[in-house]
This record gives sequence, C-alpha cells and structure tokens, in this order.
Amino acid sequence: MTVMEQRGAYRPTPPPAWQPRTDPAPLLPDALPYRVLGTDAAADADPALLRRLYAELVRGRRYNTQATALTKQGRLAVYPSSTGQEACEVAAALVLEDRDWLFPSYRDTLAAVARGLDPVQALTLLRGDWHTGYDPREHRVAPLCTPLATQLPHAVGLAHAARLKGDDVVALALVGDGGTSEGDFHEALNFAAVWQAPVVFLVQNNGFAISVRLEKQTAAPSLAHKAVGYGMPGRLVDGNDAVAVHQVLAGAVAHARAGGGPTLVEAVTYRIDAHTNADDATRYRVDAEVETWRAHDPIVLLEHELTERGLLDEDGVRAARDAAETMAADLRERMNQDPVLDPMDLFAHVYAEPTPQLREQEALLRAELAAEREGAQ
Amino acid sequence: MTTVALKPATMAQALTRALCDAMTADLTVHVMGEDVGTLGGVFRVTDGLAEEFGEDRVTDTPLAEAGILGTAVGMAMYGLRPVVEMQFDAFAYPAFEQLISHVARMRNRTRGAMPLPITIRVPYGGGIGGVEHHSDSSEAYYMATPGLHVVMPATVADAYGLLRAAIASDDPVVFLEPKRLYWSKDAWNPEEPQAVEPIGRAVVRRAGRSATLLTYGPSVPVCLEAAEAATAEGWDLEVVDLRSLVPFDDETVAASVRRTGRAVVVHESGSYGGPGGEIAARVTERCFHHLEAPVLRVAGFDIPYPPPMLERHHLPGVDRILDAVGRLQWEAEN
Ligand SMILES: Cc1ncc(C[n+]2csc(CCOP(=O)(O)OP(=O)(O)O)c2C)c(N)n1
Repeated sequence: MTVMEQRGAYRPTPPPAWQPRTDPAPLLPDALPYRVLGTDAAADADPALLRRLYAELVRGRRYNTQATALTKQGRLAVYPSSTGQEACEVAAALVLEDRDWLFPSYRDTLAAVARGLDPVQALTLLRGDWHTGYDPREHRVAPLCTPLATQLPHAVGLAHAARLKGDDVVALALVGDGGTSEGDFHEALNFAAVWQAPVVFLVQNNGFAISVRLEKQTAAPSLAHKAVGYGMPGRLVDGNDAVAVHQVLAGAVAHARAGGGPTLVEAVTYRIDAHTNADDATRYRVDAEVETWRAHDPIVLLEHELTERGLLDEDGVRAARDAAETMAADLRERMNQDPVLDPMDLFAHVYAEPTPQLREQEALLRAELAAEREGAQ
Repeated sequence: MTTVALKPATMAQALTRALCDAMTADLTVHVMGEDVGTLGGVFRVTDGLAEEFGEDRVTDTPLAEAGILGTAVGMAMYGLRPVVEMQFDAFAYPAFEQLISHVARMRNRTRGAMPLPITIRVPYGGGIGGVEHHSDSSEAYYMATPGLHVVMPATVADAYGLLRAAIASDDPVVFLEPKRLYWSKDAWNPEEPQAVEPIGRAVVRRAGRSATLLTYGPSVPVCLEAAEAATAEGWDLEVVDLRSLVPFDDETVAASVRRTGRAVVVHESGSYGGPGGEIAARVTERCFHHLEAPVLRVAGFDIPYPPPMLERHHLPGVDRILDAVGRLQWEAEN
C-alpha cells in the first residue's frame, strides 16, 4: 500500500529537531554607525594614538592631493584618490602588528604607505613601470589588487595558513562597497567563518562603485548585516571617525588573534573625489551631496577633538602639515624622475626558469633594441 | 537617390548607434552591466541609452560579472536578448564559469531546444596605457570554447554592422571591442548606417600580390601601415581583416594566400597557444602547394600583459611585421 492510498490514516512524523546554531543577535551590527569623536567616549581615547592618527591623516590627505597632481603632469597614469576615506586607510594600517598582513584593493595606496611602504614604490602600479613596486613579504602588504574582491580569499588562506603553522598572525582585507557583490566576497566570508580564520574584512562603503550607488548594489539593511548569514559578527562604524574605526578594527583584530574567528566591519564614508582622475563624477552626483560630506571631514573631526582636549595647538597643526609637505615634496621630486626601465625585464619573471620559447622571444627583443640603439647613433 | 555626406565618427559612437537601433527595432533587446546606465559605461558606449529606453532595459547591475552573465542566461531562457557589458577584458574572467559551462553549451545540451541569444561586449586589448588587468587579449580562451561566436571589428562601419548582427544572432556572441580603436574615426554616416554585416566573413582591406597579412581588431591599422611601408622594399602586401574568429572564413583567407603564396598572421595576444597557431595550420592545410614559405606569426610575447611603460615593446608593431615579411623570402635563405 502506498502513502497516497493510506490518505487519512497517514500520520507524518514531526521533522527532526533542528534549530539555528546561534542566536543571530550578537552577530548583528549596531543600528547606527559607531562613533567616538564628538561623544563622551572620546575622553577615554589614548592621546598618543589620537596624535598619531592625526599626523597620518594629514599626511594621507596630502599624499592624495599630490598623487592627483601627478596625474595632471602625466607622471602617473591614473590615481584613484581616497580623499575623504583617510580615516579607514590609516586605521587599517595602524591597527596591525608588524607580523600581520594587509590585503589592499586598488584604491588603498594610502593604507600601504601608512603601513610603512615607500610612497614611490606604492605608486608603481599606477605609474605603470611595473605591476607591483614592492616585495609583499617585506612589509606584509599583498599587491594592490585591481580585480575586485579577489584578494579576499587570499587573505583568508593566508590567515588560515598562519594559524595552521601556529603563528600569531591576523590578516586584514580591504574591499569597497561594490566589491561586496562579487562572488569572491561571499566565498571568502564563508571560508573564513567555517575555518574560523583570523581575518578581518573592512568594507569601505564610500557610497559608489564608480557611478553605481549602494541602493543598486545591495538590498541588505547594511553591508555589515551580511556577516550574520555566514556566522560572523558584523560591525558598523562611522568611516570618517578615525578613532571609532581604529577601535572597532582593534576589537576585531584582537578577537581574531584570540581565536574568535573573522569579523566583517563596514565603515560608512564617502568618496569626495571622482572614481579616478579619468572619471567625470558630475554625471552621477550633485555637488550639494559632496558638500554635506565635506562638512563631516575626517581630519576636521579629529582636529576638533584634539584641540578641545588641549592635545593640539597651532604649532601642532603646523608640524603635521610641515611633515606632510616634506613627504609631498619628496614624492614629487622622485616621481618627476623618469624611471629607468629595462625592456628585457619583460621576460625576467614569467617563470623561475624561462621556457625555450621565451628565450627566443627574448633574443628577438634584444636584437631589436640593439638595432634601435644603432639607429639612434 | 540622395547622397548623404559622410561624417567622421568614432567606433564608440557607431557601437552606441548599433545598440540604440537594435533596441528600437527589437523590444526584447536589453543592455546590462556595470555603470552602463547613468554613466553610459566607462567608455561611453551606452551613453544616453538609459534616458532613451529606461532603467528596465538599460540596467546598472550589481558589481558581479558571474551574476551579470548568469542572470542574462535566465533572461535569454525567457525570451529576451541580453547585451551584457564586461567592463574590461580581464574583468570578464569571473564570468567564465557561466560562459563556458552554460552560455556556450546551452543549445547543445538542450538538443537545440534552448538557444541563448546573448551578446557579450568586452572592451579588449592593450595599447591604451592601462594598468594591470586592463589590457588582456583573451580571444584564445573564447575561441577554444565551442558554442561561442567570436567577433572583432576593426573599422567604424564594421563596429556598427557586426554588433547589429551579433545582437540579431540566435547564438551567443563574444564581441571584442578593441579599446585602442574606440576613438579612431572613419568617414561614416551615422544617420544612415551601413547594412548589417553577416558574422563570419573576412574582408580584404588592401589588395596586394606578394604576401598576405592575416589580422584582426587592433592590429588591422598596424598591418595597413606596415603594408604601405613595405612598398619601399618592393613588397606589395595584401591585408585581410578576419573580423570573425569563430566562425572562420577559410574561403577568403585561402583565396588570398593562394594568390600571394605567402602569409603572416599578426595579433597582439601571445603566440604560444594563441589564435595564430590555429590560423597558420588552417592556411597550411588548404594552401600547402601554393605556399612559398611557412606561415609566420607576429604576436605579443608569451608573458602576462606588461606594465604600460613597456607595452610598446610587447605589441607587434610595423618593424616586427616587416621583419617577418622579410623572412618570407624562404628559398633565398634556406
Ligand atoms: C572584477 C572586476 N570588475 C570590474 C572592475 C572595474 N572596476 C574598477 S573599480 C570599480 C568600482 C569599485 O567600486 P567599490 O568596490 O565600491 O570600490 P571603490 O572604487 O568605491 O573604492 C569597478 C567596477 C574591476 N576592477 N574588477
């Protein structure tokens, strides 16, 4: 007799007991972005950290304006400015120990520089003399990553490997709001949570993926909410409040280091400049919107706090600006020298041992260059 | 018959016009991709389309290439004709799973019941000083995947004609747009665009007697320049613009090589495992008794696309082509 024939007599057994493994509440982000500056919480912040953040913010802003100027002089092929987002960049760099790793996206030159990279080397990709201008192992900064979100699984893998080796290392990976739509973002978060990898994801939500606003990117209540589905905590923070970003990241890094697994942090900020110097932002946004964000400037916010607390005076402001100016002058001068490139380098690092075919091509180019030199004489 | 004065137009403008005309002619044509709406695409190829046709038909998608192509598959399954834009060549790679596992073989695996009329526009190739991942030549991957058409215009008129044909095709078409030629101008009448160019026909861009340059896309103007320069050496070169890599026009190509007896394939993607090997083999199979020399290849080096400051050493230029042409005097040297 089949089930159908039994109809009426059939008593379904109740489904096997199953319930969600965790109460989602502790994973959920705050309803509003976490803020420190301008609140009572600011009183507890360490003065030395505040001063350091301030100096780096001022230097970072100057770096952005200088690099943008270099595009106008044809010294840089392209520059994606992070003006307005400096608090995220700087906090990401300062929150890490030397042994930790940073996985930047293509806009995060500043985070790499704040971590100690030579400002010229950090621009190599964007100048066009080579794809990566530094040894990632030296500073523990992965190559600035152009394909969006593809660096995130790398960060998870590295953090996982470090833990397997018994090393006390955390990876911090940066991604934009647009990048959170890529499959790699989802896969990275899932692996990180399943493996409980010591990794922190920082989404810089600057409102746009080139021209596309967040509303067209996601229907999630916030990007931080996405964490819950993977089983990791999501944190929402004011991305222009350097102290708040630093605190939230520091908490997430400590949590990861202690074996607590990954965290997804969404920093709410704004891209003040166009997508890159080559982009025309007037096509997709109005100045008035930009102005409201200018009024919530990360440097002004911190400067105000420091001044109120008597930790900064005019001399201090001048000293920070002078230091930034020195960095900019040095950057300008060194970027104004033509890089010396050897075309034979094209073949240098394709394989550890070049293929016979590459050797042939190498000989062809060598002959061409010799002929060019002869022709020039 | 009225004669309309031809005006210079860019390849990008011709592509816009093709999209606009295709959408006007067929309500099932939908344009989708990253930044294709308000911004009009990073190369402005979709400029103005969102205002004209509305967001439902010209859609800024979330930033996810696999998602873009995957949803296009579903849309095509339900009778629409999606035209998707991949923002740059190297950013199409996340969509390869969809492309190779579904787009290319849906007709085959459904025994013809479910063809997918999807056009995948990919800004293609180097020579624009782009940073890493903005200059890849990816045609060999597409060519190696049965079920896809692979098309690449080299002129303004072909950009229009071939894109119209691609959108009208009942099969998926990978439409490679040479970035380097987006702003190149030809005399063209945007008010009265050329007829739709059927996919799969090569064209002789310059007639010649002493050897054939077989090429496509961004290398076509380079080959024409090389052909002019070669006259000084007494070479009269024929230049064939393949336009379509799949299907391949064996007839036009073989006829040309039989006439000239010598051939060089020129493209900017790498030579090892690249399109030139396939083309040279086909030519040899069909023209063996007519050949005075082996079919040579002038291609990019077999390296990851180099940084912009070195790309001129990588891209096949006039000198490298002339050098190969010189080597076609086979009997004399061997
Ligand atoms: C896989 C991939 N697709 C497309 C692009 C082209 N692209 C470069 S930046 C960008 C927008 C990125 O937006 P978001 O992730 O929000 O970062 P933001 O630029 O705002 O820092 C796009 C679409 C890319 N780099 N990689």
